[in-house]
Amino acid sequence: MTEPSVFDEIVDFHNRANPWPLYDKLRTQPVWQEADGTFVVSTFREIYALFHDPRISSDAANLLPEFAHKAGPLSDGGGALPPSFIRTDAPRHDTLRRIAMRQFGPPHRPDRIDKLVPALEAIVTRLVDGLVGKDQCDLVDDVAYPFPVAVICELLGVPEEDEPRFSAWVDPIVNSAGQPTPESKEQAKEAFQQLGMYMFQLAQRRKADPGDDMLSGYVTDDGPDGQLEGGDLFATLILLLIAGHETTVNLIANGWLTLLRHPEALQRLRTEPDFSIRMVEELLRYEPSVHFVPNRIAVADIEIGGTTIRKGHPVVLVLASGNRDGECIPHADRFDPDRADNVHLAFGNGVHYCFGAPLARLEAQLALTQLAKRLQNPRLLADPPPYRPSPVLRGPIHLPVAYDGVLPA
Amino acid sequence: MVVDLTKCQGYAQCAFLAPEAFRMVGDEALMFDPAPSADQRVKVLRAAAACPVQALQVDMADLPQQPPAEPLVAAKGDRLRRDGRIVIVGASLAGLKAAEQLRADGFTGTLTVIGDEPEEPYDRPPLSKQVQTGFVASADTTLPRRRDIAADWKLGVAATGLDLERKRVVLADGQEVEFDRLLVTTGVRARPWPVPEEAALDGVFTIRTRGDAAGLRERLLAHPKRVLVIGSGFTGSEMASVCVELGIPVTVAEAGPAPLSGALGGVIGRISAGIMREHGVDLRTHTKVSSLQGEDGKLRRAALSDGTTLDVDVAVVALGGIRNVEWLESSGLAVGVWGLACDAGCRAFTAAGLVTDDVFVAGDVARQPQPMFGYQFLAMEHWGNAVTQAEVAAHNMISSETDRWPHLEMPAFWSLQFGHNIKSVGVPPIADQIAITQGSVESRQFVAAYGYKGRVVGAVSWNQGKWLDFYQQLIEQAAPFPLPYDMTNPPPDPVPVPAEFPDRQYPGREATVVVTGHDPSERRATLVRPSRRR
Ligand SMILES: Cc1cc2nc3c(=O)[nH]c(=O)nc-3n(C[C@H](O)[C@H](O)[C@H](O)COP(=O)(O)OP(=O)(O)OC[C@H]3O[C@@H](n4cnc5c(N)ncnc54)[C@H](O)[C@@H]3O)c2cc1C
Ligand code: HEM
Ligand code: SF4
Repeated sequence: MTEPSVFDEIVDFHNRANPWPLYDKLRTQPVWQEADGTFVVSTFREIYALFHDPRISSDAANLLPEFAHKAGPLSDGGGALPPSFIRTDAPRHDTLRRIAMRQFGPPHRPDRIDKLVPALEAIVTRLVDGLVGKDQCDLVDDVAYPFPVAVICELLGVPEEDEPRFSAWVDPIVNSAGQPTPESKEQAKEAFQQLGMYMFQLAQRRKADPGDDMLSGYVTDDGPDGQLEGGDLFATLILLLIAGHETTVNLIANGWLTLLRHPEALQRLRTEPDFSIRMVEELLRYEPSVHFVPNRIAVADIEIGGTTIRKGHPVVLVLASGNRDGECIPHADRFDPDRADNVHLAFGNGVHYCFGAPLARLEAQLALTQLAKRLQNPRLLADPPPYRPSPVLRGPIHLPVAYDGVLPA
Repeated sequence: MVVDLTKCQGYAQCAFLAPEAFRMVGDEALMFDPAPSADQRVKVLRAAAACPVQALQVDMADLPQQPPAEPLVAAKGDRLRRDGRIVIVGASLAGLKAAEQLRADGFTGTLTVIGDEPEEPYDRPPLSKQVQTGFVASADTTLPRRRDIAADWKLGVAATGLDLERKRVVLADGQEVEFDRLLVTTGVRARPWPVPEEAALDGVFTIRTRGDAAGLRERLLAHPKRVLVIGSGFTGSEMASVCVELGIPVTVAEAGPAPLSGALGGVIGRISAGIMREHGVDLRTHTKVSSLQGEDGKLRRAALSDGTTLDVDVAVVALGGIRNVEWLESSGLAVGVWGLACDAGCRAFTAAGLVTDDVFVAGDVARQPQPMFGYQFLAMEHWGNAVTQAEVAAHNMISSETDRWPHLEMPAFWSLQFGHNIKSVGVPPIADQIAITQGSVESRQFVAAYGYKGRVVGAVSWNQGKWLDFYQQLIEQAAPFPLPYDMTNPPPDPVPVPAEFPDRQYPGREATVVVTGHDPSERRATLVRPSRRR
C-alpha cells in the first residue's frame, strides 16, 4: 500500500469535521496527480482558470476507458436516463440549461424568485414556530433540511406529502456521488428508476392540469429551443430536486454552526439590517456546502500550475481549498462578513455556475436571520457535530442546539 | 449604481435578486437601471453582494456602514502626497475614477476637478442602449461615488490652455489654476456631420452627451417615419438595434464593407450584417450619405451614394469621435488627432517625444504604448480602459519613480445589440487572421480568436462571454495561433481565414510634426497644423 495522499486524507471521513489544515497542505502544490490518475486542483487562480477553460469537459464520455468507472451516477442516470446538463458540454449544455431556466429565472421569468420571498419567509416562520415549547432541537432535521425541500417541491410542483418518498430515493444517489462503489451505484440506479417513474406520472398529471409550477411549465410551455424531451425532462427534474435537497441544507447548517462559533456575528445579525446579505456571502466562502466539483475531464493536455493535466483524465476542483487561498484572498482563514469584493468559488464559475444560487442565497439569508432573531440564548450541544458521509456535499448530519425560548416572528 | 460590464459575465444573479433594476436580454446581455428607486435598495444590495465577479458598484450612500478604514499615513517627506495640488481636467469616467484612486492611495492635498459639462460625472454607455429604449432616463446615469473625494469641482467651465512653464491651467472664464501634477482626461467628442448647415438641421443627432441622448430619445418617442443611422460602428449598430426594438423603420448607411468591420474585421462584420438584416434593418454597405436635406430647418430627406433618396426625419451621425486636445495645442505636449501620447505609466510626452513628470493622461484621449503588442501606440476608447488607466495614472502621480505601475491591462469592451452580447479582449484590429474556436456562427453562440503572424492577439465572443478569461490568458502568454489543442464545443469549420480589417491609416498629407535644428542639443520637434480641424 502506498501512503495516503493529502487528497485521500481529505476524503477520509475521520477528517470531515476539520479538513482545513489538510486544505492548507493541499495548496502547497496547485495541481496534484493522484495514484489513480486523477488530477486534483487546490488553488484559487488555477480553479478559476479551469472553470473558464474550454479544454475542460463535464461530459463523462471524454474519460479514457480506464477511468470510466469513476463517472458518478449523476453522469448517466445509472444508465436509466441521459446525462443531466450538469454532466454535459456546450452546445447541448447551453440549450438544456436555457430551457430549464425558462421556468426559473431571467430572461423569461425574471421575477419568479423575487416573488417567492414572502412564501420563503412563511415557510421559515412555520418551521421556527415548530421549535416553540421545546428547549432543544436538531437544527438540521427541524429547519435546515425541511426548508429547502419544501421550497424546491413548491417550485417544481411536487406535492409536499410525497416528500418522504423521494427523500428515500435522493439519499442513495447522493451517497454514491461521493463514493462510487459497486453496491452504492446499484442502489443509486434503482433509485433513479423509481424517481424517474414517479416524475413521469407527475408530469402526466401536470400536463392534464397545469399549475404555476416549473414542471407544468416544462410540459406545457414551448420556447425557441423547444421543450425538454423524454429522458432529458426527467434527468433535469432529478438534477433540480437533488441540487435543491442536498446543498442548501448544508449552507444553513454550516451557517448556524459558524454563527454559534462567532457570537459577535450572531449578535449583528439580530440588530443590523441587511447584515445577512454579506454574512451569507462570506459563509459561502468560509464554509461552502460543496467542497469539490468532482466531475471534470481534460479533453487536451493542459499545462497549469507547474503540471500537465493529461487528456482523458478526471479532474477535481477543490472549491473549499480555493476559497481559503491566502494568495488571492486576504486573511482567508478569518470569517469576516465585512469583506469587500468577496469573490469566491462556492457556486462554481463559468457556464456551469450554480443554477439555483439566487434561491440558495435567499433561503440562507432568511432562515439564518429568523433563527438569530427568534431563538433565545442558543447553544451548541455538540461541537463539532456529527457529519454526513459525503466529502463533496459536506455538512452536519445533525446539529443539536439548546435554547431558552422562541420569540414570536 | 453602475455595472462594470467589462467584468460582468452574465451570471444573472443581479437580475434574479433585483428584477426591477436589472434585466437580462437574451442569455447574457445585461441592462441595468443606474438609479433604482429607494424601495429597491435591499434588493440591489443583495445583487451587489451576489455578483460572482463583483461587477456592481453601488454609491457609498447606499452601502451598509463600513468600519472606518485605517488612515493611510503619508510617508515623511512625501510632500506631494500630503499637501500637493492636483488638477484633473475632464470630469467624466476617467476623471472621477482617478480622483477616487488618489484619495484611496492616501492623497490628502487639494484636488480640483474641471469639466466643461455642467453635470457631475455620468456614465455614457447607457446613452445608446437603455436610455434610448426608455428603460432609464438620461438624467439618471450619474456615476456612483465609491468614496469621499473632497474635491473642488469647477463644472460648466472649459480649460482653454495649459502653461507648462508656470504650471497653470487656464480656464474659459479667465481663471488660472496652479498645479503640482495635472491629469488630462478630456476624452472624445462626437464627430459631427461634416457639412455644418446640414448638421444644424433639426433632427440630426450625434450621441456623446446626456443632452444628445435626451434629445434623441424624445424624437424617437414621437414615432419618426424612418431613422437614418450614418456609420455602423458600435454606436451606430446599437442605435439600429434600438430602432428595431422600438418598431421604428431604420436605414443604416455604411461606407465600408460591413458593420463593426473596423473593430472586429470583415468576417465578424458579415455576421453582424446578417443579424441586422434578419431584424429588418435596411442596411446599405459601401454606401455613403451624400447630403442631408431639410425644409424649414427640419431634416426631411437624405441622398445616398447609391443614387437613392430616403424620406427621413431623424439622422444619427455615428462616425466616431474627435479627441478633445485643442486646449493643449500650444502647450508643447504631443497632441494631435491621435490624442495625447504618453508612456506606459500614463506620463504625457512632449511634442518631441520626451516624457514629462508632472502631466499625466488617461481615458479615451490617451494614446499609450502596448508592450504586449510590440509597443505600438494605441488609443482604447473603451469604458474599462478609462477606469484602469485612470487608476494607474492616479497612483503614479503621487508615487516615487520606483513605485510606479505600468498600465498593462488587457483591452476589453462589450456591446449589446439585437439581444446579443458581444465582448472582445485584446486588440483584434492588428490581426491578420481569424478562426472560430468554439460554437457555431449559425447558433449565434460562438467564440473566435484573432491571430497575427502565428500568435493570438485578440478574441471576440458572441453570447459566450464566460470563456473570454481563457483567451485573455492566451493573449497574455503570447500563445500560438491557430490554437493547437482539442476543445469542447468545437466549431464546424475551425480553419483560420483572413480577418479583413480595413487598411491602417498613417498620417500622410496631414503630417503634424516637423523637426528643426542640427546640433543634438538644438533638435526640436514642433507640431504644425496646416489647417485647423474641427
Ligand atoms: C453612446 C456611447 C456608448 C458607449 N458604449 C460603450 C460600450 O458599450 N462599451 C465600452 O467599452 N465603451 C462604450 N463607450 C465608451 C465609454 O463611454 C468611454 O470610453 C468613456 O466615457 C471614456 O471616459 P473618459 O473619461 O476618458 O472620456 P469622456 O467620457 O469623453 O469624458 C471627457 C470629459 O471631459 C470634458 N472635456 C473635454 N474637453 C474639456 C476641456 N477643455 N475642459 C474641460 N472639460 C473638458 C468632456 O466634456 C467630458 O465630460 C460608449 C460611449 C458612448 C458615447
Ligand atoms: C448552498 C447551496 C448551493 C451550492 C453551494 C451549490 C453549488 C453548486 C456548484 C458548485 C455547482 C457547479 C457544478 C459544476 O460546475 O459542475 C452547481 C451547479 C448547479 N446547481 Fe447548485 N448549489 C446550491 C444550491 C442549488 C439549488 C437550490 C439548486 C436548484 C434550484 C441548484 C441547482 C444547480 C444546478 C441545476 C446546477 C448545474 C448547473 C450547470 O451545470 O449548468 N443548486 N451548484
Ligand atoms: S456577472 Fe454580475 S453584473 Fe453581470 S449579470 Fe452576473 S450578477 Fe449581474
